[in-house]
Amino acid sequence: MKEFSAFVRKEFLHIFRDTRTLLVLIGLPTALIVLFGFAISTEIRNVNVGLFSKSPDVFLSRLMEKIDQSAYFTYVADFPSETAVDEAMRRGEVDAVLMFDDDFSSKMFSEDGAEVSVVVDATNPNNASMEVMYLSGIVSEYFKDDIMKAVSLRMPGGMASMQAGGGLEPNVRMLYNPQLKSSYNFVPGIMGLILMLICSLMTSVSIVREKETGSMEVLLVSPVRPINIVLAKMIPYFVIACVVLLNILFLTIFVLKVPVAGSFFWMILVSVIYIILSLGIGMLVSSLVKTQIIATLICGMIFLVPVMMFSGMLYPLESMPAPLQWLAQIIPAKWFIEAMRKIMIEGVPVRYVTTEILIMTGMAVVIFAAAVAKFRDKLD
Amino acid sequence: MKSGHVIEVEHLTKKFGDFTAVDDISFDVRRGEIFGFLGANGAGKTTAMRMLTGLSFPTSGKGIVAGFDVWTQSELIKKHIGYMSQKFSLYGDLTVNDNLELFAGIYGVPRHEAASRIDELLGRLSLSSEKKSLVRDLPQGWKQKLAFSVSIIHHPEIVFLDEPTGGVDPAARRQFWELIYEAVDEGITAFVTTHYMDEAEYCDRITMMVDGHVEALDSPARLKEKYGASSIAEVFDILARGAVRSE
Amino acid sequence: MDSIVIDSLKKSYRKNQPPAVDIGGILTISKGELFGIIGPDGAGKTTLFRMLATLISPDEGTAILESLDILRDYREIRTILGYMPGKFSLYSDLSVRENLDFFASVFGKDVESSYGLIEDIYCRLKPFEKRKAGNLSGGMKQKLALCCSLIHSPSILFLDEPTTGVDPSSRRELWETLARLKASGMTIVVSTAYMDEAGRCDRVGMMKAGRFLAVDSPEDIISKFSRRLAAVRSDDMFRLLKDLRCMADVEKCYTFGDTHHVTLKKDAGIDAASMASILESEFGHTGVYVREIKASLEDCYMNLEDK
Repeated sequence: MKEFSAFVRKEFLHIFRDTRTLLVLIGLPTALIVLFGFAISTEIRNVNVGLFSKSPDVFLSRLMEKIDQSAYFTYVADFPSETAVDEAMRRGEVDAVLMFDDDFSSKMFSEDGAEVSVVVDATNPNNASMEVMYLSGIVSEYFKDDIMKAVSLRMPGGMASMQAGGGLEPNVRMLYNPQLKSSYNFVPGIMGLILMLICSLMTSVSIVREKETGSMEVLLVSPVRPINIVLAKMIPYFVIACVVLLNILFLTIFVLKVPVAGSFFWMILVSVIYIILSLGIGMLVSSLVKTQIIATLICGMIFLVPVMMFSGMLYPLESMPAPLQWLAQIIPAKWFIEAMRKIMIEGVPVRYVTTEILIMTGMAVVIFAAAVAKFRDKLD
Repeated sequence: MKSGHVIEVEHLTKKFGDFTAVDDISFDVRRGEIFGFLGANGAGKTTAMRMLTGLSFPTSGKGIVAGFDVWTQSELIKKHIGYMSQKFSLYGDLTVNDNLELFAGIYGVPRHEAASRIDELLGRLSLSSEKKSLVRDLPQGWKQKLAFSVSIIHHPEIVFLDEPTGGVDPAARRQFWELIYEAVDEGITAFVTTHYMDEAEYCDRITMMVDGHVEALDSPARLKEKYGASSIAEVFDILARGAVRSE
Repeated sequence: MDSIVIDSLKKSYRKNQPPAVDIGGILTISKGELFGIIGPDGAGKTTLFRMLATLISPDEGTAILESLDILRDYREIRTILGYMPGKFSLYSDLSVRENLDFFASVFGKDVESSYGLIEDIYCRLKPFEKRKAGNLSGGMKQKLALCCSLIHSPSILFLDEPTTGVDPSSRRELWETLARLKASGMTIVVSTAYMDEAGRCDRVGMMKAGRFLAVDSPEDIISKFSRRLAAVRSDDMFRLLKDLRCMADVEKCYTFGDTHHVTLKKDAGIDAASMASILESEFGHTGVYVREIKASLEDCYMNLEDK
């Protein structure tokens, strides 16, 4: 036991001597969270709005003028077809488009009522929902007050038919993020990335460094059980990972002011399982490779890059081809991020994440078993 | 600079903060000699050599290497010297030929001359058959000989050898020294550091550095005579014993 | 009493390649012996050390260290062994004292209980206790590394080229320490590229291509050397080397400090005086000096190489 604590002490010394790396480990998640937090502004401004209607209509041009006058929106273009709308939105020239029925004016006064569709680019879900809210506000106000006033003045009968009919039916369509997933989804993503970085990359590099410098030879030729050398390496990184975890949670709640919905106990438990799983990966990698550069590459390319690709942080998983979606199933971080998202953002009870917890536990057991089996207390 | 000198050093000093690594050294190296540069670990050899090879600036003093000033012409110095260290020899993952072409290019050997020089060099080392082998598969002794030949591929005026034979067995060390002799025979000046005192005997003149000073500079025979010693190893002991700087 | 018994150890790294180590027969090293291994790079010295230190398993054969088998009892062996690998570097970000404390606790000891053994080396390091190991010079690093491998009072000590890149004074200090350790009954096996160091060993094994070509005390190796040897000097040493190699009676000629050493052919009738006159008259050398000499260990090594 004395030997073991000497090892743990030594590892902590290594880590604290290397202040730069330590700062990166603690500072990186802080910076990421704060930056992402600022990027998600809850205020909307300079939203480009377009109009799609097959026939020119004086009602509509007046509506668009009114929209253009508001502080939030700029009326940019008329679109002749749905494809044109789609293209402009893809190019980012327009953020929201109002789409009106063919003969909007006449339908409005008919029995069935008229429809206006609000199509929004929901890449940024927060902004999208705000835009929809504001736009439909302006539109319904316009029809309710301005038009009705004008109509009732000119043809009093019209009022009755309007009230009898369906009136205006706003129909909202979100593009590019149909479920309007919360933008706070990046928080679990960053946790998945940083915890994996600390636990697998840092652990494996620090074990492999001893092989490279030759100190592993000396340690192996000592009465210490070699497996303890490796376990002692994990403890400091486990501690750092926990500190980072608490740091992220703290920032999320107090700086980003994310309404964390779920249970703290389960959030921490899921994270600890993931941390242990990542440590196992680090140990497995370190027993397979001989140089720090290879350890870095393996951890980086096989474990870290997929976290970004498949965690839904950058691209929604649902829009990927099937083979990639299958591949995502074996990425540990995917399950962690999903579980955290459910607990943290959606606030669902833990029974909805049992699958994720079981899969991660299973992965941890398998990886640790493989790492211990692969671990050699000799050089060859 | 006198015509017979390849290096002229006057009052060269290098300080790192309070610590004076090289303390006011002055010496000349004559054209075509083997100049041994000895001293205990930490006596300031490496620091002095870095200044002479244009890798670092002195704190004060004058230095002229191959006709160029260490203060103002360090880039020109680098072009006109060769350098070989035991720590870095050649790229192990490249073939012998790749390495030679690379270094011929780095040292500015004209393209049309490079191929013939490489062939000549390999022929002299009897390594022509290994042209396509990876350097890492060669025995250590061959690697060092190859590294030395590479360092003089551009026919420099002077070649700096920093502990070129560390960790090599006596037979391989001798083969290496014969290469140095050969290069010197062709007019190249050799500036060598070593921890092997028998190798010091191969030098025309040797410098002993102690605590950043040049403590002695003469031919091996005269140094032995002066200190009443039977070998350079004894001279080294006598001089190093006076060292106060504990590494 | 035998401390180490090596029994036909063999190890190959790759198929279709000659084995890195292939020791036929039995080699014993007795308790308290200082055993030196010399040989060119790639002779298998490091592989042999690693096998004996239980770091790699031999393909064939075995070795017994203090009655413990390197295959069966490797855990016990690791408690009685001190091993300093060739490329061993300490933890450069830890201080001198932290390194020492760490290695002491790895072996379940504290520095004080084993201090006696390392005192004479460590007293030189003491002023730098707080300095980071990475900022020590080569000789100091070597001393610290030796302290760390001695901290658990091992009964057997393996040193793989401990003096490479170390200056002559530090080398001598190291060998004085080894002599003291040997006197305390420790068995020491050390590989080196310095022949003067080999001369300080009780016995020397000359290793090449994985085998021991000769194992004997330095005195016996020298006395068994049967060739006639001459030391030659002239004013043009480089030309002298080439000219000597052209002479009919010369089998081998190599540089040796301020002279060249010449091994004469078995049936050569030439003597020093006639050799000098040939060099002067036929080759035009000046300042010629020729003297028949007794072989040194290095001469034996140089001539062994060719066999």
